[in-house]
Amino acid sequence: MQAYLKLDHIDKTFTRGNATTEVLKEINLTIDKGEYVSIIGHSGCGKSTLLNIVAGLTGATHGGVLLENREVNSPGPDRAVVFQNHSLLPWLTVYENVKLGVDKVFSKTKTRAERHAWVMHNLNLVQMAHAKDKRPNEISGGMKQRVGIARALAMEPKVLLLDEPFGALDALTRAHLQDSVMALHQKLGNTILMITHDVDEAVLLSDRIVMMTNGPSARIGEVLEVPLARPRKRLELATNAGYLKCRQRVLEFLYERHRFVEAA
Amino acid sequence: MSMPAVKTDVATALPVAAAPVVTMTPKRAPQSEKYVKMAKEAAVRVVPPLIVVVLLLVVWELICRRAGSTLPPPSRVFSDTKELIFDPFFDNGGIDKGLFWHLSASLQRVAYGYSIAAVVGVALGTLVGQSVWAMRGLDPLFQVLRTIPPLAWLPLSLAAFRDGQPSAIFVIFITSVWPIIINTAVGIRNIPQDYRNVAAVVQLNPLEFFTKIMIPAAAPYIFTGLRIGIGLSWLAIVAAEMLIGGVGIGFFIWDAWNSSHISEIILALFYVGIIGFVLDRLIAGLAKFVTRGTAVN
Repeated sequence: MQAYLKLDHIDKTFTRGNATTEVLKEINLTIDKGEYVSIIGHSGCGKSTLLNIVAGLTGATHGGVLLENREVNSPGPDRAVVFQNHSLLPWLTVYENVKLGVDKVFSKTKTRAERHAWVMHNLNLVQMAHAKDKRPNEISGGMKQRVGIARALAMEPKVLLLDEPFGALDALTRAHLQDSVMALHQKLGNTILMITHDVDEAVLLSDRIVMMTNGPSARIGEVLEVPLARPRKRLELATNAGYLKCRQRVLEFLYERHRFVEAA
Repeated sequence: MSMPAVKTDVATALPVAAAPVVTMTPKRAPQSEKYVKMAKEAAVRVVPPLIVVVLLLVVWELICRRAGSTLPPPSRVFSDTKELIFDPFFDNGGIDKGLFWHLSASLQRVAYGYSIAAVVGVALGTLVGQSVWAMRGLDPLFQVLRTIPPLAWLPLSLAAFRDGQPSAIFVIFITSVWPIIINTAVGIRNIPQDYRNVAAVVQLNPLEFFTKIMIPAAAPYIFTGLRIGIGLSWLAIVAAEMLIGGVGIGFFIWDAWNSSHISEIILALFYVGIIGFVLDRLIAGLAKFVTRGTAVN
């Protein structure tokens, strides 16, 4: 079977003056359609750089990204990103923020009325339709991130890229939003690539967890399959042997074999 | 039938000795309380400056009242300029016109020069803010040119245009364009990378990026520049008009000085100050309206 999304021998070096830093080395990864893959690693290991390369916001030094066997090296709505700090445009309302992408992507294929309906449909998916006329500074952090997700979903991306989407949220909001994302993935069957540094989050949400070694020259250290049946329930998993085993594996990787060394 | 009855009921129900604000709004108690509160707030803002102005007028009157004083006291200023104050619209041809016509001629020049400066300033500022090479090439030039005093441009523009009107407009333009350029450039340079990323993912074309991301994101900075610019234009027009002559508040002041009408100068200065203040408030109000939401992220 052909890979849906393929990261092919990606290297990334940053050059500043005479100093060159190798951030990523030999990243190979294939993701199937509808799969939920998480990338986990200590901060500074280059996982956000990797996501930016997939999104096309940063270029790879060597290698490339293939989506349905076609190389992609510039940003586009087929790889919509949910940014860590939501990145909603503060001068637009919730509705207009989502509409910005919809108008561009469906300018030829949908009528004005259809686009409006599509924006509302996506706001409904994340339960934010009630706040459609509010501005981002009038809604809570969790709500902003919901709108960010709606904006990305509304572009009907082939791959949804989540850049630590729950990182800036408090624990309760985070759990609630994780459940929402899980439900959306179940319902829509998106292919999702998520960056995270939260072990529980990675195990709960993912089909596979990609563990990165510490930088510089970060590589993929290990890939773990999460063999838990969906739909998953947070409370039931807390005592599930398979869940605990996966969690254990990731923790061992992060804290024993690839401890984060401050000085490194 | 019942409507008037209700009204008289309300009116008679009001206590006779109620405060004037309450009797003016005999609808509901909370409503009138709101008006009282608003009146109080207004009083807090208006009363202190009013007291200061009255005090200053008294001091001025006392100082300039003595015989042999070089400047007229406020009472003389008023009696001298009564006609100008109460009839600003007369027009006896030439430059013998009411103050309204002088002020509107000056404001017109400012409107032309400032509008051109706003358009050119935002455009050049965007260029300099967006392109590193444009910044390297143009920024040093701007930094030197902006220090040239407005009036120093006037002889050159008179030589080029050979007419007072376009020269004055040019001086307004060249005075107010620099802060607009520089502030716009800073605003464009400070657009968060996040917004650029969003635009890249959505694939906005350059024009859409300019109108939908750049201008709104840089709007608070742009308006800072516009506000400084309008102040400078109003400063420059009075000085420029003194030299070019014709109808305009600047020449009115110069003409009054030549005819030793000191009271008229004082009246004109009062108007110049008020209009400068109003122009500044106008731009500030526009900025507040346009940039709602942009300041807070």
